[in-house]
Amino acid sequence: MSDKAPEDGNNIPLTDSSLVVDISDALSEKDKVKFTVHTRTTMKTFQKPEFLVVRQHEEFIWLHDRYEEEPKYAGYIIPPPPPRPNFDASREKLQRLGEGEGTMTKEEFTKMKQELEAEYLATFKKTVAMHEVFLTRLASHSIFREDRHLQVFLEYDQDLCARPKGKLQQLGGLIKSVGTTTDQYYLNATVRDVNDFFEQQMNSLTEYYNQLKDATYRTDKMTEKHKELADSYIKISGGLIQLAHSDNGRLDKYLSKVSDTFEKVRKLESRVASDQDLKLADTLRYYMRDSQAARALLVRRLRCLANYENANKALERARHKNKDIHAAPEIQEAEEAQSVACEHFESISTQAKEELLDFKTRRLHAFRKSLIELAELEIKHARSQHDLLKKSIANLNDLL
Amino acid sequence: MADRVEPPPLFENVDINNKDKDDDLFQSALEGPTIEEINKNYNVLEITEELENVPINNQHNNSSMPSTMEQVNPEEDSERDDRFLEITITEPQKIGEGMGAYMAYRVSTRTNMSIFKKKEFAVSRRFSDFLGLHDKLTEKYLKVGRIIPPAPEKSVIGMTKIKMSSQDGTPTNGGGDFVERRRASLERYLRRTAQHPVLLEDQHFREFLESDIELPKATSTSALSSAGVMRLFNKVGETVNKITYKMDETDPWFEEKLGHVESLEAQLRKLHASVEAMVSYRKELAHLTNGVSRSAAMLSACEDHNTLSRALSQLADTEEKVEALHIEQANTDFFIFCELLKDYLGLLGAVRDAFHERTKLFQHWQHAQQMLAKKREVLTKLELAGKNEKFDQAKAELVEWESKVERGQESFDKISQMIKKEMERFERCRIQEFKTMFIKYLENHMEHQAQLIKYWEAFLPEAKAIA
Repeated sequence: MSDKAPEDGNNIPLTDSSLVVDISDALSEKDKVKFTVHTRTTMKTFQKPEFLVVRQHEEFIWLHDRYEEEPKYAGYIIPPPPPRPNFDASREKLQRLGEGEGTMTKEEFTKMKQELEAEYLATFKKTVAMHEVFLTRLASHSIFREDRHLQVFLEYDQDLCARPKGKLQQLGGLIKSVGTTTDQYYLNATVRDVNDFFEQQMNSLTEYYNQLKDATYRTDKMTEKHKELADSYIKISGGLIQLAHSDNGRLDKYLSKVSDTFEKVRKLESRVASDQDLKLADTLRYYMRDSQAARALLVRRLRCLANYENANKALERARHKNKDIHAAPEIQEAEEAQSVACEHFESISTQAKEELLDFKTRRLHAFRKSLIELAELEIKHARSQHDLLKKSIANLNDLL
Repeated sequence: MADRVEPPPLFENVDINNKDKDDDLFQSALEGPTIEEINKNYNVLEITEELENVPINNQHNNSSMPSTMEQVNPEEDSERDDRFLEITITEPQKIGEGMGAYMAYRVSTRTNMSIFKKKEFAVSRRFSDFLGLHDKLTEKYLKVGRIIPPAPEKSVIGMTKIKMSSQDGTPTNGGGDFVERRRASLERYLRRTAQHPVLLEDQHFREFLESDIELPKATSTSALSSAGVMRLFNKVGETVNKITYKMDETDPWFEEKLGHVESLEAQLRKLHASVEAMVSYRKELAHLTNGVSRSAAMLSACEDHNTLSRALSQLADTEEKVEALHIEQANTDFFIFCELLKDYLGLLGAVRDAFHERTKLFQHWQHAQQMLAKKREVLTKLELAGKNEKFDQAKAELVEWESKVERGQESFDKISQMIKKEMERFERCRIQEFKTMFIKYLENHMEHQAQLIKYWEAFLPEAKAIA
């Protein structure tokens, strides 16, 4: 996820170590996660070369919002904010397991519990990684790294008074997001784009985002089911062992071997599921968010365009109103405003073009890497499963 | 008394050639034929000869015992020699329309056994014919303690679907699944019956495989017929009897076996549920994989970069193939693994039925003993009272019950022996079948993994080509 295209203009080369950010530790408390953000730097704007601060998810969102608000970043794709830590699914599963404890043997229960714990740990690690990627993308960006808020975020060892918690704040967030969406639709409907390239980009990005969202959802469903399938082997191998115990004839050895095979196959299938999740679903998910960030940039550009057009209209109105007055101050004002808006629009357009190209290369590299890894892991797991089965069959044939 | 507990006499089993006409009075409707049956079954080939001298009296019986034992041997041999019988069921076809419609199956047999008229033959049979065959075999052999492979269960829902489907001949998708399941289970049923050396040679079974003429419609198999209702009553009665009656087991072998069968049944039931769950998970996984495949295709369509778009469309193809593989694996899970467990749950039920027959004979015997004791008491009382006019009758009754006790014990011993032998065969088959099943299952599984490797290997260069 974090691999970057070397040709990305705004990226600091990976060898650069003037600002290195990582999350060295994370602690899960009842309903919040505390991330320990670790920074090493040689940049003079920082007071110390190395420091540790504890941050929560909301502070990451606060930081992201600061970037989005800042007009000077309007022409850049702002790295998407990390998703809210969500362990509800794991907790719910654990609860359900507890309820169903009576229906399985102790061994089966232990295995199921282990699986759930592993799953929880994986989700936790992933959450941490998402937060880390957000920070490293900011820190390795030549413009973003200079931001004052980032410095505060990394350095200030107290709580940033950014704790939008509770229902009201969440509602506020919802209203804001509704506002942005309607804004976007409004702009799309009212502003006629002068540039075909951007219009087309907007359309295809919207379409792309929707498809990615769909694909992510479906891939998630698939990997979840695959995991469930793998977990269902626990009961089968358990059942086979019990059958072996109650079969004191010549089948017991045989059945325990088969049970053993199922147990091993289970582990492999489980790995297949988690690798599909890691390589396919997560890539899709990240680029779904990134494409949304790219779209946000295009919306900002459209707003600039709207401003520019409004400035044009204002100028025309001013000229019309003051056509008899020579060098009326109103006209001058409007002309100035118009030229500023024009400049803004021009610069954001140029910048956006570059950023979109950058987005494309980044995406291409990430997909290439993930798909290759996916295929390689699929082959690896299928091979080991094939070999395992082959060996088992040979063993069983010996027992005949 | 005895008649109250027992089902009505089974007329087709009453021998016309019976020599025991004068014994008729004493003979309970069931006990007589039971003994004959045992003898009859030991030598199916010489059935008529045996019938001439059906032993009813003990003296006769003793002399016939050795010959019975000798004739046991062919039964054992039949599993060792090189006769073969191969049954396949093909071409399930819907016949008729509406609620009267039914499925007909083509039952083909290849064999080198001389008891069949030809080496290769095929007949058309419908589901109720299979049930009829099972009923006939059960009627004939269960009471002597044979383990009769159970016929597949009726499925009203599945069949109604078929009946509702408008197309004839080839069933629609939903029904196709059901038809294939039923075809496979019918085939397994016949093969299992054919595995049994005695059932294989039974006239009804051979007729079922061979006879060109349509079998008389087995009305009693229908759930709603009067016979069906009667059977239901009998079943309920039997179940109550099974639950309420606990015989004091004198034979440790049976005690141990019953325990084994019970625990086996419980374990198999649990395992069967787990495997069923796996099958449904895998089917859902196949369905969801299809969703991913479609998504990848859509994504490929709106991806403007050439090679990435191509790779995504290849990914869609690959996932589609993986989906097909999941379906195949789910079929392997189901037809090889799951169905065998289900069959064995049924077979263990048949084992219990045989055990129960033995319990019933035990009850009879016990009852006869009690009656004998009572009659003795009556006789002594009469003797003491000096009532000579009733004395003779009581004496005759005593003799009658004495012979009943003896016959009761004899039937009980015979069925016990028979069950032991049947169980030995059953266990041998079970172990063999489980072993072959697992190997076949894993081989199939391995085959699918090999296929999976191929699919992803084909995809890898496409991913590498993204540039």
